[in-house]
Amino acid sequence: MMSAVIEFVVPLAYFLAAVMLIYGLKAMSSPVTARRGIVLSGWAMAVAVAVTFAHPKVSDHYGLMLLAIGTGGLAAWVSARRVAMTDMPQMIALYNGMGGGAAAAIAAVELLKLISGEVVLDTVTIVLAVLGGIIGAVAFSGSLIAFAKLQGWIKKAWRFGGQHVINTAVFAAVLGLGIYLMVAPASPAVLAAFFGLALVLGVLMTIPIGGADMPVVISLYNALTGLAVGFEGYVLQNPAMMIAGIVVGAAGSLLTQLMARSMNRSLANVLFAGFGQAEEETQGGALTGEIKSIDATDAGIQLAYAEKVIIVPGYGLAVAQAQHKIWELCELLAQRGVKVSFAIHPVAGRMPGHMNVLLAEAGVPYDMIHDLEDINAQFPTTDVALVIGANDVVNPAARKDTSSPIYGMPILDVDKAKNCIVVKRGQGTGFSGIENLLFFEDNTRMLYGDAQKVAQQLIADVKALG
Amino acid sequence: MEGWVALYIFMLAAFTGIEIIARVPAILHTPLMSGSNFIHGIVLVGAMVILGMATTTAEIIVGFIAVFLAAGNVVGGYVVTDRMLEMFKSSGQDKDNS
Repeated sequence: MMSAVIEFVVPLAYFLAAVMLIYGLKAMSSPVTARRGIVLSGWAMAVAVAVTFAHPKVSDHYGLMLLAIGTGGLAAWVSARRVAMTDMPQMIALYNGMGGGAAAAIAAVELLKLISGEVVLDTVTIVLAVLGGIIGAVAFSGSLIAFAKLQGWIKKAWRFGGQHVINTAVFAAVLGLGIYLMVAPASPAVLAAFFGLALVLGVLMTIPIGGADMPVVISLYNALTGLAVGFEGYVLQNPAMMIAGIVVGAAGSLLTQLMARSMNRSLANVLFAGFGQAEEETQGGALTGEIKSIDATDAGIQLAYAEKVIIVPGYGLAVAQAQHKIWELCELLAQRGVKVSFAIHPVAGRMPGHMNVLLAEAGVPYDMIHDLEDINAQFPTTDVALVIGANDVVNPAARKDTSSPIYGMPILDVDKAKNCIVVKRGQGTGFSGIENLLFFEDNTRMLYGDAQKVAQQLIADVKALG
Repeated sequence: MEGWVALYIFMLAAFTGIEIIARVPAILHTPLMSGSNFIHGIVLVGAMVILGMATTTAEIIVGFIAVFLAAGNVVGGYVVTDRMLEMFKSSGQDKDNS
């Protein structure tokens, strides 16, 4: 009797959890209901996890289970609470990688059972277990590399001759071992080699990709983890995992596409081309004019007496945590009657919407923040375009220089504003490593310094004008 | 479950996922990526089942790792998403939604 109840209640709970997870995700797609959406999804997850303790197949290791949930959950909770808003992208990469790793580990255990003859699996199950294993392992190691890159632990995109050949060879080897496991699931050594190589593949795939492309890559790995979870859901005959996993896999794939498209590049181009090869060719390009700098006082005067100012934030703003100071400056300018708005490039920062999150944190209202399509026409009538820590997304080379690797990428036309002030830490290039033609324009002035300190000086200077 | 049924489930779930994302404003891309990252944390359920059925030492170790990682995915994904969305709520003018 009791077991019959459990056999009914557990699947029912999973079903309700799946409904709530999807409904929650749907709610997250509108700013008004987003908060409710995540809370609802949270409850769904709690229900699903709670009933799993009563799952008919679960018979042992409850203590270890609680220990693993406790330690893993606590570590994630502490790190997620502590991390600054600016570092969110790499944390998403990290937690996503953990999910991929979990999916791969599930595949590993299931295949171990198959090898030891403990279970007999049909062909579809074995194929999905192996595929989910590859995908999960690649998402795991790839996400960790993405995390390390955004965290600044790995500074450079690492490229070497014949990289494509080696990657292809490793991929073929992983696939070969995977097929071997499907046909003749014999030895744990083959299984270990299979997972080892899949992890190496994730590292090799991610390491040559430049930091500017990381958002796309993280989004891709997010989709891949979803796919792996969906596949392992089939292996475990768990429809909630299948549905939630594939929903994320599909949604994530589309999101990845949207992101790649907003950089005017194909996904294949992001993954396999890298900016490296084209870099040398553009260095010789015609750079006319010289870089002219401006000090904070003059910049402050320009801003204070402007009619219309557009602020273009980029990753430099995030690094310097300058969003609050910038908002203070805006309010000050608004009091003087200056019309201030924000222009956000789809890939500004390290993720789409990254800048919106930061500005929202500082308290900037929605209606001051504009997308590229909405605001580009306004630059010619703008007195000052204030670029803060953005680089590639305002590089006119994307319009003018056909040989540039970013040629064709939609950019914010700040060079068309009457004056353009670029707040920048130093004279380096952007993450793509491309020289920025904007800095050489006649109407551009460079204001060197940390974005937060510069904003502070600008506030003081504008205030001093009374 | 039969393979074909699974295929239908995968197909319908894929359309659902695409439908959900298709009409999302750019400002929600990061929170939504983070939110979907949390959703695939459902892998925790599978990880728990795997650990609960584990018999050999190797299976127990790998199963433990699976649960540990999946728990990190769930909790980290939730907290990060919640923190982001919390800010959206407290900013702007039209925040009198409940």
